[in-house]
Amino acid sequence: MTDMTKPVVAPPGSLVSGDLMQLLYRLSAAFLICIMLSLLNDSFLSLGNILNVLRQASLLFFIASGLTLVVLTAGLDLSVGANVALSACLAGTVIQHTGSPLLGILTGLLSGGIVGLLNGVMVTALRIPSFIATYGMLWVLNGLTYWYMGGETIHGFPPAFRQIGSGYLFGLPIPVYLLLIFLAIGTAFAQRTIWGQEIYAVGANPVAARLSGIPVSRRLLLVYCVSGTMAGLASIIFLARLNSAEADIGESLTLPAIAAVLIGGTSLFGGVGTVFGTFIGALILTLVLNGMNLLSVNTNWQPFITGVIVIVAVWLDMATRRHEL
Amino acid sequence: MRESVAASPLRRIPGVAVMLALLVGIFGSIAPGFLSPANISNVLLQSTILTMLALPMTLIIMTEGIDLSMGAVVTLTSLMVAIVSLATGSMLLGLAAAIGVGIAFGVLNGWLVARSGIPPFVATLGTLGMAQGLCLIVSDGQSVVGIPRAVREIYSATLARLPVPVVVALIAYAVFHVLLYHTRFGTYIFALGGNRDALRYAGRSPAKWLIGVYTLGGLMAGIAGLFMTARMNAGHPTAGLGLEFDAIAAVAVGGTSFERGDGWLFGTLLGVIAVGVLRNGLNLLALPSSLQVGSVGFLVIVALFLDGLRSRS
Repeated sequence: MTDMTKPVVAPPGSLVSGDLMQLLYRLSAAFLICIMLSLLNDSFLSLGNILNVLRQASLLFFIASGLTLVVLTAGLDLSVGANVALSACLAGTVIQHTGSPLLGILTGLLSGGIVGLLNGVMVTALRIPSFIATYGMLWVLNGLTYWYMGGETIHGFPPAFRQIGSGYLFGLPIPVYLLLIFLAIGTAFAQRTIWGQEIYAVGANPVAARLSGIPVSRRLLLVYCVSGTMAGLASIIFLARLNSAEADIGESLTLPAIAAVLIGGTSLFGGVGTVFGTFIGALILTLVLNGMNLLSVNTNWQPFITGVIVIVAVWLDMATRRHEL
Repeated sequence: MRESVAASPLRRIPGVAVMLALLVGIFGSIAPGFLSPANISNVLLQSTILTMLALPMTLIIMTEGIDLSMGAVVTLTSLMVAIVSLATGSMLLGLAAAIGVGIAFGVLNGWLVARSGIPPFVATLGTLGMAQGLCLIVSDGQSVVGIPRAVREIYSATLARLPVPVVVALIAYAVFHVLLYHTRFGTYIFALGGNRDALRYAGRSPAKWLIGVYTLGGLMAGIAGLFMTARMNAGHPTAGLGLEFDAIAAVAVGGTSFERGDGWLFGTLLGVIAVGVLRNGLNLLALPSSLQVGSVGFLVIVALFLDGLRSRS
């Protein structure tokens, strides 16, 4: 497993490549789910529900998009959910004490980014395998958040701030605009910048990347920082949407975020995948969970189904790409 | 990746033993009542469930794998004990159901890792979600209370003046020791982590043995489920949340490497006690349980950092 004998993937210079078929598969899967749900349930195609799906998918996307970059380097960040919780609680406190949403937003982004930086340091400087380092971080953050909150809930934020999560602009929820912006930024960054291409190279073959002069450690540090900062951003939008912060809000977020990345076709073995794919992945997962809701399936089934989806997504990815093991 | 296959166990003893001595020394001097016989036997008693999980986790990590689902599976088996023994009045049926469910998840984990080639941490993350979902589904999110006395008493009963959980943990340790160091299965486990190809060239199917290792984890999760229900006198849908992390922590602190496929079973036992001492000591210092969880995470990171240093030197 540790041998670097993976086939080197041609850098996906644009979306129109071998990845296009992979994306088309996923788009048609999303489309099929939509058709099925609209046949099964009348309220699926209502405007309210569609906007709801988009808003939920965008919340998932913010966490999953940063995670995508980490997975592209053949790493994993299991701490994103706990990071969202801690950042949301810190940001919430700052907003309540200062009354300034701007300071709160900065706090959330900063705390998310610092956690990401610590993850990156553990992976690069201390050379701890990423999944175990971020898993340790998950429990450290969890402990800190529960201790900090002491079972309390922070709620009631300025209306202007809450607009970020629940407001509308020209009939579309504001998180959807943010989604489009970050989708564009993420795609441009990954596909069109040298740093983005270097991230692909690091994931496809770290040894070759190092030999060709790419600063591997600095790029790894970058992706963990981005993942952490995106978790911080997600925490702000959660905060604005829920209008409250509790220590446990992140617990059910990590698995869906990983699922979205994997459904979106990003390979766990690094070097393959797109941010746009992750958006489709987030959309598909949200559609499935939304459909289960509409068909009044007990919500207790959601973790079970998400777990199955994670396994099936990886398995399908490996089967269609024929990874050599 | 490395030059010498087996760093001698003697070189590893200092790591975990020093850490344990340090923890005992610190808490002995600042935590009131830490060194009292009652508290020490309390630490050992509370470490028994973790021992039952950390032993198979050691073998799994030695095969360069991991089982993130273990805590959720123990929660599920604990619920099975509670539900089945409540319905039938029989502790043994409850235990059988728990072991059945545990083994089913073990086989599923092993199959996913060995046959489908999905990386272990993602495969078991998926089964973690499945087990967690099943916990909510079978319990409907509620605690299962009113379990038979026989189940309750298994935790406090004694055998040859030792508490039953301690006896079971000791037997489990002995069995795992013999299994790892004195059987072909044990040799294959070393090969699965260190040199999988050698196993293949020797005409042995790595997949079969790998499935066996994860199944052993499921079996132990079933047994641990009984003691968990007995200890809490109830089945609770989030009881074992994060227990797999304590098990991973014990293994990491005990000096088993995550990347080199060498493990040390006695080190895991010391690691379990170190985790138990850390939690108990912080508890006596009246630190909230949330920070205890965080400190275990910190302990793991320190242990892995030290392991990384050792493997480079």
